[in-house]
Amino acid sequence: MTALAADSDGHVFSQPVLFMRISLFITCFNDTMFPETGRAVVRLLERLGHTVEFPMGQTCCGQMHYNTGYQREAIPLVRHFVDVFREAEVVVSPSASCVGMVRHLYPAAAELANDPKLAEEVEALRPRVFELSEFLVGKLGVEDVGAYYPHRVTYHPTCHSLRMLKVGDAPLRLLRAVRGIDLVELPQATECCGFGGTFAVKNSDTSMAMLGDKLRCVLETKAEVCCSADNSCLMHIGGALHRQRAGVGTIHLAEILASTGTETEDRHGL
Amino acid sequence: MTTARDQVLERIRSAIRDVPESEQPEDVVVHRNYLVANSDSSRHGIIEQFMERVAEYKAVVRRVNQNELVEAIKDACHSRGMTRLAVPADLPADWPPSGVEILRDPGLTYDQLDHVDGILTGCALAIAQTGTIVLDAGVAQGRRVLTLLPDYHLCVVFADQVVGMVPEAFRALSATSTRPMTFISGPSATSDIELNRVEGVHGPRTLHVLVVDNV
Amino acid sequence: MGSEGLPTAPPIPFQDAAKVSLANAQLRRNMGKATRTIRGKRELVVAEMPDWEGLREAGRAIKERTIRHLDRALIQLEASVQQAGGQVHWARDAEEARKIVADVAKSHDVKAVIKVKSLTTDEIGLNAELEAAGIEVTETDLAELIVQLAGDRSSHILVPAIHKNRSEIRELFREKLGAENLSDEPKELARVAREHLRKKFLTTTMAVSGANFAIAETGTVCVVESEGNGRMCLTLPNVLVSVMGIEKVIPEWNDLEVFMQLLPRSSTAERMNPYTSFWTGVTPGDGPQEFHLILLDNGRTRALADPHGRESLYCIRCSACLNICPVYERTGGHAYNSVYPGPIGAILTPLLVGEQNAPSLPYASSLCGACYEVCPVKINIPEILIHLRGKVVRHKQDQEGLRGRLDPEGLAMKLLAWTFREPGRFETAQRLGRIGQWPLVKNGTIEHLPGPVADWSAMRDLVPVPEQSFREWWRTRT
Repeated sequence: MTALAADSDGHVFSQPVLFMRISLFITCFNDTMFPETGRAVVRLLERLGHTVEFPMGQTCCGQMHYNTGYQREAIPLVRHFVDVFREAEVVVSPSASCVGMVRHLYPAAAELANDPKLAEEVEALRPRVFELSEFLVGKLGVEDVGAYYPHRVTYHPTCHSLRMLKVGDAPLRLLRAVRGIDLVELPQATECCGFGGTFAVKNSDTSMAMLGDKLRCVLETKAEVCCSADNSCLMHIGGALHRQRAGVGTIHLAEILASTGTETEDRHGL
Repeated sequence: MTTARDQVLERIRSAIRDVPESEQPEDVVVHRNYLVANSDSSRHGIIEQFMERVAEYKAVVRRVNQNELVEAIKDACHSRGMTRLAVPADLPADWPPSGVEILRDPGLTYDQLDHVDGILTGCALAIAQTGTIVLDAGVAQGRRVLTLLPDYHLCVVFADQVVGMVPEAFRALSATSTRPMTFISGPSATSDIELNRVEGVHGPRTLHVLVVDNV
Repeated sequence: MGSEGLPTAPPIPFQDAAKVSLANAQLRRNMGKATRTIRGKRELVVAEMPDWEGLREAGRAIKERTIRHLDRALIQLEASVQQAGGQVHWARDAEEARKIVADVAKSHDVKAVIKVKSLTTDEIGLNAELEAAGIEVTETDLAELIVQLAGDRSSHILVPAIHKNRSEIRELFREKLGAENLSDEPKELARVAREHLRKKFLTTTMAVSGANFAIAETGTVCVVESEGNGRMCLTLPNVLVSVMGIEKVIPEWNDLEVFMQLLPRSSTAERMNPYTSFWTGVTPGDGPQEFHLILLDNGRTRALADPHGRESLYCIRCSACLNICPVYERTGGHAYNSVYPGPIGAILTPLLVGEQNAPSLPYASSLCGACYEVCPVKINIPEILIHLRGKVVRHKQDQEGLRGRLDPEGLAMKLLAWTFREPGRFETAQRLGRIGQWPLVKNGTIEHLPGPVADWSAMRDLVPVPEQSFREWWRTRT
């Protein structure tokens, strides 16, 4: 079923899109720490004409446990995720690293659980789980989402979006179509910011050395905000920008795409 | 007593016991989805590429006609003020230049080779893609030490010896692959100081290539 | 020289060792400059290959084919080498391999050996053994020589002295080789090395090398190098001993057409390295007249037994993963406390020695995945790192008794996992977090964190948990 999507002002977008029933996987981290990102995803997807559902049973994909080595502990969380989203038409999440967990590590987790049924269910669910930008560009075929964001922005491609999910330039295509935006290229953009989940705590000195170089690049752009597809990396980058009173904020890609200039809750980072 | 051989093999077999017993090595498919020859290049293009890439390694390279070869060898030797030149036993008789003392292998000692002004050889083949010369101890090449101790290596490459790509070279060499073989890409070099290539360490510091048009 | 082999017990944790290198500004500058240079060049020589992905796939498949049937490949190699006049030895561990080399030396009453740079001989700690037996060992690779002269340790698998810049090397040569009036021009530094080593090459009667590849079909052994020191060692002495890990065997001569394209471009970012030597057993009148090949296990079968970690044995030691790694770039190689540093070392070392003996290495990565992208044989390093982290934790939980089970991190993780199993528990925890954070929040931000996460706040503020969670908001709209 295709149709033209219209925003609240009745502006009709040029691209035909599918109306879909989308299950939002907000992730435990965004749910707790960055609810405004979730609200932005809902606003954005509904503006494009889709139906957003939020299964209240959802909690955590288990990435932190799994990647830190607590893999047996992650297995119940994998089961839980599969239980919650089993019936979903598509699952969309504003977190590349959590989607990466589901797509690339759930099979190994199911193998570790020695549970062929879980493995089967993981295989069935995996292809329906998407990171927001790859969903918009790759699945819906939309680049211009009708956003307005009159600020100087630089985009940091997070490692998991770039190298694990291979979202390519999907986020940049979306950003380039935003009205009013002054998008500036981030030098050495593809270098890791040094977050790496528990890496930031376990190897904090190395993490900070990497962060220092990332900050230098962000500041060089003279952007007002640094944007990316993962709030976890942004918390790390933004936390340091805030400490340095750099006057540069951080913002999730979804929030820029949701902006139309009329919302009261547009956020400009920390 | 179990030998080390038995035990290592036993450990290997135990480690790979998840590999089905019926599986043969060929069952692991190797897709060779890579170029084995550059079909779009002309002979001329291949020679040009070879010369260009040899030169990029800071080797000296010059193209000559077959009837200019002897003169070109002489020029090369004289321009370096060479007095003693080592050559392999089966070098074509007309190659060694006049006016230079020729030391013919076999029988040359390391000390003699360390004190000659240069070595003159042919080659087995050459690779355009990488600017590589291959020596396989065949005709006009001699043993490996000849092209190692002298500080100057003058190498004659016939145009029909130049292949386009690396896979062509290995396939052409497979018949003689058990001979001692050396791939030479430019003069000796190192990347050990700040990861920058610097020419001239232990091997010949000057590589001079004469490409002979014979096709 | 210049190496500490492999750890046999948990060494200083990576994160502690890294602090030392991170504090060394000169080291960080040298490392940053060198790795940035090589990264850029590698990108260029890879970009000119339209079939690079096909080569990577083929390289990986050839390695997989060999490793899954490693016993057969080695038996074939052994027969081929013997038929060509070489002698083959098998070594279960480092000690056995060292003894074989020392015995060959003693049987010829050799007082000195020259060496081609070889990670495998570093891994087994060969030099110390030979020196203890009264045999002088000379490293002939320029970087190894620098490290040996400085009494330093290797910090890179390809360029052991990558942590030193040209002026530091000049100072070292002035001091140790008496080279006065020396500039810091790399060309001149190379000349000094040439003069210093030439006599050793001409007079030493035994050499020791590693091997980049060995062909099962023909018995041909291959050493890839740049300077010509390798050719000297492989050609001039009468006796040659090559020590190779059992995983270095490949089936056929023609397989080299893949690896000899992948390796030079990935390692030194060249279309082809200056010199590659191939030899098959012994050739009368050309090169060493006695050849020994040592097939070394030393933990490789342990790595082989891990089906998820096994592909680490595909490694061709190009060092592209080191050069691209943001962690390695900043910490340098010494922090890894192993002859194999960088991303490949972070998986290979624990796989060779057992994860309990190198438990911090799988955590020495932000899992950014850059290593996997450049690996010429597509070793999925990030996934193996994660797999090994699991093994480290399971070992702690299952083998270390009460201490392992009462580990604070482990308890916290268990509690958190329990919380996430029920949405109700999760929501309660969200509320508790919001309430519990009040002592930390000042002016709407958290500047100091307590306990094990205190390091977070060393250079970063933290946003406080906001008033309303997403799910609370969702409830308000329906």
